[in-house]
Amino acid sequence: MIVLENLHKSFGPLEVLKGINLTVDKGEVVSLIGASGSGKSTLLYCINALETIDGGKVTVDGVDVHAKGTDINKLRQKLGTVFQQWNSFPHLTALENVALAPRVVSKFSRKDAQEIAAKQLTHVGLGDKLNHYPSQLSGGQQQRLAIARALAMEPTYMLFDEATSALDPELVGEVLDIMRMLASEGMTMIVVTHEMSFARDVSDRVAFFKKGVLAEIGAPEDVMNNPQDPDLQRFLSTIG
Amino acid sequence: MTDVFTTLQWSDLIFLLEGAWKTIQISVVSILLGTLLGMVFGWLMSLNNKLITFAVMAVLDVFRSVPLLIQLILFDSFVAIAGFPLPAFWSGTIVLIIYTASLVAVVVHSGIDAVPPGLRAAARCLGMSYWQEMRHVTTPVGLRTAFPSWLGVALATIKDSALVSAIGYVELLRASQILNTRTQESVKIMLLVGLIYFIISYPLSRLGARYEQRQKS
Repeated sequence: MIVLENLHKSFGPLEVLKGINLTVDKGEVVSLIGASGSGKSTLLYCINALETIDGGKVTVDGVDVHAKGTDINKLRQKLGTVFQQWNSFPHLTALENVALAPRVVSKFSRKDAQEIAAKQLTHVGLGDKLNHYPSQLSGGQQQRLAIARALAMEPTYMLFDEATSALDPELVGEVLDIMRMLASEGMTMIVVTHEMSFARDVSDRVAFFKKGVLAEIGAPEDVMNNPQDPDLQRFLSTIG
Repeated sequence: MTDVFTTLQWSDLIFLLEGAWKTIQISVVSILLGTLLGMVFGWLMSLNNKLITFAVMAVLDVFRSVPLLIQLILFDSFVAIAGFPLPAFWSGTIVLIIYTASLVAVVVHSGIDAVPPGLRAAARCLGMSYWQEMRHVTTPVGLRTAFPSWLGVALATIKDSALVSAIGYVELLRASQILNTRTQESVKIMLLVGLIYFIISYPLSRLGARYEQRQKS
């Protein structure tokens, strides 16, 4: 379970998160929607401690993420993160990309790590690209590679930060399909997205952010078909 | 006249090769230790701590800006005046190490800087520690950017080692000057010395070419 309590975060004078409360249960898929700069991505980075926080508390399975003495490297193994930019390691093949962390962090033997990697790459449909370098893969394939890389650490949670925003339109589908597959397998997911159909079809709950505030949250049919917040109404009508 | 100058002899070639061997020694030690030291400095600058960067840059700027020849003479004189006279090999090598390090530091720093921050964040998000990420992601990726420039520094160090002759160390250049004075056959000798420098540097150049080839494929 991921729990955010009264989470505050500022960049200099700009307060980007103004007291967020949110609980995400195991097996749940929560989509975060809202205009750019509303604090959605920052929220993800506060969960995996890529950002520090200025107030409140974030706990993952009861562990205080930002407490002194928390082993953040260990905690992050539970939190798979997929970024807008796929960030493939350019010097490694697809197989080595995925096998690196199991080998280095989880201390699997090279052979075992590569077995795990091959399994995950096959899972995301890249079983025939094991020995390709990232430069030989399309954006969509690299993003699936990034997902496989995160899954290889057997995370409990997956955080997606606009995983399809940097992709050419024709490549968005293949990545969303993988995310749908993960959701159907019961993976707990927090998904920052501009893909409204994904949010509507796949999420258990949709959360609308505006200017650092969690303005509205609920089942997708309520939030997206019957929005109460006037800004959300406007947002949904513009984004279609 | 014939009594003053003597013609070139085979033993002179041995004399030159001895000088060349000393050039190789001084170059290898300077490049090796200078690179290690430069990596530490470059890494320190990559920490993005203003105070550390300022301090490191201040020191390195001095060594990068003052001509090597002046550094050599000053350092050699200072240690002598301070009562710790060093053999010419060591005072020359120490200066060359620091000079090389100051150049390598910038190369290493820009190599680390060239690694996209997202790549490093992605590695950390997989649970890698700072040093695991440094070793398995930033170093190999940054090396690709840094290697060609490092090669330039290494080649320059071999050639710059000639300046150590100014403090009396008889390496290749100094050996050739001695022969010049004695034989007055400077064209022959300089051709020969140029050739020897080329032979010393050639393996490094080849290494660079091979590396570039590998990057392309």
